[in-house]
Amino acid sequence: MSAQRNPGAAAVERYGWPRAHRWLLMRRASQLLILGLFLLGPVAGVWLVKGNLASSLTLDWLPLSDPYVLVQSLFAGHVAAGTALLGALIVLAVYAAVGGRVYCAWVCPVNAVTDGAHWLRSRLGLQKGWQPKRNTRLWLLGATLAVSLATGTIAWEFVNPVSMVFRGLVFGMGLAWAVVAAVFLFDLVVSRRGWCGHICPVGAFYGLVGSASLLRVRADRRAACDDCMDCFAVCPEPQVLTPALKGARHGRGPVILSPDCSNCGRCIDVCSQEVFRFGTRFDNRTWSDLPEPEQRKGRNAASAPGVGT
Amino acid sequence: MPDQKSVNRRRFLAGTARTACGVGLAGLLLALYAGSARSRPATALRAPGALPEDAFLGACVRCGLCVRDCPYDTLRLATLGEPVALGTPYFVAREVPCEMCEDIPCVKACPTGALDPGLTDIDDARMGVAVLVDHETCLNYLGLRCDVCYRVCPVFGKAITLERLHNPRTGRHALFIPTVHSDHCTGCGKCERSCVLEEAAIKVLPRKVALGELGHHYQLGWEEKAKRGESLVPGLIDLPDRLPEVRP
Ligand code: SF4
Ligand code: SF4
Ligand code: SF4
Ligand code: SF4
Repeated sequence: MSAQRNPGAAAVERYGWPRAHRWLLMRRASQLLILGLFLLGPVAGVWLVKGNLASSLTLDWLPLSDPYVLVQSLFAGHVAAGTALLGALIVLAVYAAVGGRVYCAWVCPVNAVTDGAHWLRSRLGLQKGWQPKRNTRLWLLGATLAVSLATGTIAWEFVNPVSMVFRGLVFGMGLAWAVVAAVFLFDLVVSRRGWCGHICPVGAFYGLVGSASLLRVRADRRAACDDCMDCFAVCPEPQVLTPALKGARHGRGPVILSPDCSNCGRCIDVCSQEVFRFGTRFDNRTWSDLPEPEQRKGRNAASAPGVGT
Repeated sequence: MPDQKSVNRRRFLAGTARTACGVGLAGLLLALYAGSARSRPATALRAPGALPEDAFLGACVRCGLCVRDCPYDTLRLATLGEPVALGTPYFVAREVPCEMCEDIPCVKACPTGALDPGLTDIDDARMGVAVLVDHETCLNYLGLRCDVCYRVCPVFGKAITLERLHNPRTGRHALFIPTVHSDHCTGCGKCERSCVLEEAAIKVLPRKVALGELGHHYQLGWEEKAKRGESLVPGLIDLPDRLPEVRP
């Protein structure tokens, strides 16, 4: 077992730091790229993308809109014009295919904040603190729609840290830094993985959108798992791992089917046994179903030196 | 064991109730906050074609596309801490007024219809209405010929006219009073922007704040008379007026 304070050490030792962080690095690159594209206009005067995550226009022809905001708008009694609806449909189609919470892991600006808080929290060895139920965010999602209906406003946008931060970065922060700090502190001292994992209704919405998504993380080589628990330590939604990783006995998995999984790929990164990979939701084979050569490849990898230390 | 099951069920129900209560409370707070955040200072004006404020807050997604396409950087998105609904676009006439672009790029940019695409003639925009709020400092009221607001008005000669009054101070000059006509004023704010005083004497206010509204059952006698072509009360005897006695 590797130390929980430093999950992924075995993978780093075995594959080197860059490879043991490649999905993390790619995620940060994706988050920065998206923010960068939006900033290119106001900062450098190159207007490839205009607007913000709520609604944007790319290269003057591709509209993209946040379907969650538009659903609230609908509850508030406004049927959005065609451009926004088209933009929302495109966004829905993409996330329905690649996984709704890809938004959380690959796009959302708050992800870096809460990841940072989690990193510091595990460095400091803090207890997990207050843990509201994971489905609190679904309840809150319902509540935002109810409040939108009752007040005739896009209710969550009055307080949504996600849009505050992103809009702030692109259009001017104002006091939005305070909100960033609040989310960071909440995750650091009040509740482990509190914001993204339990509260945020945006993530809950996108989770629902992607509940039948094609792209999934699969624990195809779960037979090679050496129970180091590193994936459980890094996964922001560890409850999604168990059925896929440990479900063989019950004939479940190896695909991580829970819509809570954000396709962040950290489990792939930290696993020294290469248990996980990206794949589709179909083809729910287990390792023992794989053809003989692939099995052998897997076993060789599993018995390579330096493992299980 | 049935006992264990019922304990589990009870625990589940208690947990669910707790979540529901917590979220219900959060929802209530959110509703209260959304209610209070609806108010807007009179200096914050919405872009041309903006739906009435209540509908606007349910329609505008705060994307800022209108802001980006405004060639004069008139519009901006409210940041946290400003007294305007968070993230919504607005402008302050005294700082940067709306230049009333003929092609109305802000409306065209709006993806949601929060800025009504039905607005095709910028002269029909109603962002607010100018009011000569201060009769004590307006230079024209003091008997000078400033006329700046009158002259910069893009709806020239219609939205502001100069109405002539007797100047009681000198006894022999005229006052040219800038007079706004709400059926032509777009609320662009050019007049407020260019008022030469330290603090503008003419200000653009939201129409809801500035304009009165007649009782819906009111009928203006002279209009009705003109419509009918005769007096509404036929056979009314016109008694001679009693003039005051003039002492020699
Ligand atoms: S299961 Fe893996 S990809 Fe999914 S959220 Fe957890 S660490 Fe990320
Ligand atoms: S009409 Fe022109 S100046 Fe006025 S807000 Fe729209 S884009 Fe800006
Ligand atoms: S373009 Fe429309 S939806 Fe976007 S901020 Fe402006 S008014 Fe709101
Ligand atoms: S706001 Fe002032 S300048 Fe603009 S139309 Fe009205 S009177 Fe004219």
